[in-house]
Amino acid sequence: MNSLIPLFVIVPLATSFLIMILGKFINGFQKTITPLVLLFLTVLSFYCLLNNHSNSYTYAIGGWEPIDNIPIAIYFVMDGFSLILLCIISLIGFLASVYSISYIAKFTSENNFYSLLCLMITGMSGVVLSGDLFNLFVFLEISVISSYALVAFGTEKEELEASFKYQVLGGIASFIILFAIGLIYWRTKTLNIADISALFHSHETSTFDLFIQILLISGFGLKAAMMPFHAWLPDAHSSAPSPISAMLSGVLIKAVGIYVIIRLFFTMFIVSEEISLLITTLGTISMVIGVLLAIGQWDIKRLLAYHSISQMGYVVLSIGIGLVLLARGVKPTVATLAIAGGLFHMVNHAVFKGLLFLNAGAIEHRINTRNLKEMGGLSKHMPVTSGTSFIASMAISGIPPFNGFFSKLIIIIAAVQAKFYLVAFLAVFVSVITLASFLKFQRYAFYNKSEHRSTSKIKEVPFPMLFSMIVMGILCLAFSLLAFPGIREQILGPAIDVLTNPNQYVQTIIGI
Amino acid sequence: MIVYILCFILFLVGLYGLITRRNLIKIVISLSIMEFSVFLFLVIIGYIDAGVAPIVELSNQNVIYVDPLPQAMVLTAIVIGLATTAMLLAIAIRLYRKYKTFDIREINNLRG
Amino acid sequence: MKGMSIIVKKVAQLISGLIFLYGIYIITHGHLTPGGGFAGGAIIAGAYILNILAFGSDAMNLKNKEQGSSLSESLAIFIVLMLAVFALFIGSKIFFANYLPKGQLGEIISAGAIPLYNIFIGIEVAAAIITIFLALVIFKEEVKK
Repeated sequence: MNSLIPLFVIVPLATSFLIMILGKFINGFQKTITPLVLLFLTVLSFYCLLNNHSNSYTYAIGGWEPIDNIPIAIYFVMDGFSLILLCIISLIGFLASVYSISYIAKFTSENNFYSLLCLMITGMSGVVLSGDLFNLFVFLEISVISSYALVAFGTEKEELEASFKYQVLGGIASFIILFAIGLIYWRTKTLNIADISALFHSHETSTFDLFIQILLISGFGLKAAMMPFHAWLPDAHSSAPSPISAMLSGVLIKAVGIYVIIRLFFTMFIVSEEISLLITTLGTISMVIGVLLAIGQWDIKRLLAYHSISQMGYVVLSIGIGLVLLARGVKPTVATLAIAGGLFHMVNHAVFKGLLFLNAGAIEHRINTRNLKEMGGLSKHMPVTSGTSFIASMAISGIPPFNGFFSKLIIIIAAVQAKFYLVAFLAVFVSVITLASFLKFQRYAFYNKSEHRSTSKIKEVPFPMLFSMIVMGILCLAFSLLAFPGIREQILGPAIDVLTNPNQYVQTIIGI
Repeated sequence: MIVYILCFILFLVGLYGLITRRNLIKIVISLSIMEFSVFLFLVIIGYIDAGVAPIVELSNQNVIYVDPLPQAMVLTAIVIGLATTAMLLAIAIRLYRKYKTFDIREINNLRG
Repeated sequence: MKGMSIIVKKVAQLISGLIFLYGIYIITHGHLTPGGGFAGGAIIAGAYILNILAFGSDAMNLKNKEQGSSLSESLAIFIVLMLAVFALFIGSKIFFANYLPKGQLGEIISAGAIPLYNIFIGIEVAAAIITIFLALVIFKEEVKK
């Protein structure tokens, strides 16, 4: 399986350039090849996920062997944790590209759209696979630069302004990350994550290391839009074309933000209790304030974007609880449960938030507005959109039997068992407010009588958009199966193993 | 030590410009200044006292080379910086076409 | 865009060829001396941009040029990727492996496949910078109208 690893980067990258070359000459080339390639990647990643028997697979680019146990090649590392991310990247990417076939037809320059989409997927897969800090930074920049361009794709006033804001804040985040990478290199004289981890574990943690950790939290926190750094997210995610909003909210903030934080703090650093409490606090704050800001929104996509901040808060806080317990060295089972809850919620959020953005795009496609007050009565005319958005709303608010319920339940149980009673209470409270906010969305968009316009001309959206929404709706139900023992061990088990035993990761690469 | 402090001052100059300037183009320039202060820092950490440029010469085998890895990192980062700056300028020109101004006080449709 | 005076035009004509040659020198010696694809490509782009600035060009013509440079950019970077992928099929079957014979240290034809990468990266960078420049100029021309 090792030789399959670089395909995740090569294939979308080659597709992106091929679209720019051949798309001009062959009509409809971009529309057919992108979903096909992403379908291939989805199949490949699920094949790897289901056949994942060993701890991690490594691939040294260029074939450079380690010299005296010092790794000199750029490594790709694929383990249980990165496989989960790869699966959701390619799955959501595939569904978003199918959805775009009808949605993007109204824009000019479709070639650029599909090419940038492929480039973004390349970047995210690279971030997830990379075993080398600087390479991780390069892939991160590939994915965020293409997302800057995609946010501005509409080239209207708001899109451009949102993109500019996103770029300035994203640029500052990149400098902070680069600065932190420089400091790490200064201290350890290596860039390989496993090698750095081995060096950090053999030395005492100094104040200098704490400084690096804080820099990395702020840099990747900015990319992941954790609460004090969230200002760009509602603008950027609501201005992008809907399939791209689904990609940004569903996958990008996880792959370039949360994933890297988890990977670095579980695998690379020896985490102190203060840092892990800081991460938990950041998660809790973004969970609460994100949902409070979301209540007052009347623009559907802005409402969904604020909920993204809040739901990411759940993931970060439960990962933080796991880190606290690991740092204290107590209750390893509860720590495992908390990490499982966080990862599970991350996967679920990709699916239901992607679906909600696709629904919002479908509504926008038909009635050309995003304002909830101007909608109403759509459930009669768009039954599939209405039904799938009902499923997604219930999933995000944590109503059984949808997937959101199980992951929130696991997170709350873990918080109670770890004696974080306030956090557990807040999690329940936020879940209730989320439910209220989505009931508002359902009522105003689909069930209310419309007062502003005649709704008789509205039709259901074309088939490709329906296909994506229905598949995601089914996945919302199907992913609840991950909560049950047996399936959970197969899918989430390897990922949790990787995170709780950083030594394994180090051993497979440098073999000490 | 003084070079690191100068680097940091350059970073602060960029940050000051970013916060106080109201012109889109000046914001882009401030971002570039911040970026290059980080690059400068990266180059400095690779310097070894009395080291020479890391080019292999067959005649002289006993020289000390400076660390080439930060230099490679900076070259890559410059390429990335080029892409970011080009994107920013393209967006700034597009914004100018829509709003007929570069002043960010007048470009405020969105409130984050 | 309007052209400049006759002095500027003549000097640009004289110099741009030399700049172009210097860019090619930097690219082809990328594996021996400092420089390489990115630096050389930027210099070659500089030669083109100097000409465009000195002689001026109308927006229609610029758009055609931009399409050409955009296409050659995509082609060049695609070839770079294919050079790397080619290594998956021969020799050690590893992505980005250096499959050509290494040659003598210090010779112009040495270092295996690295000069090839350098040449195509040079074309890619030159085309990319020209594309960026032309895109910005076209934006500006459109704003004026």
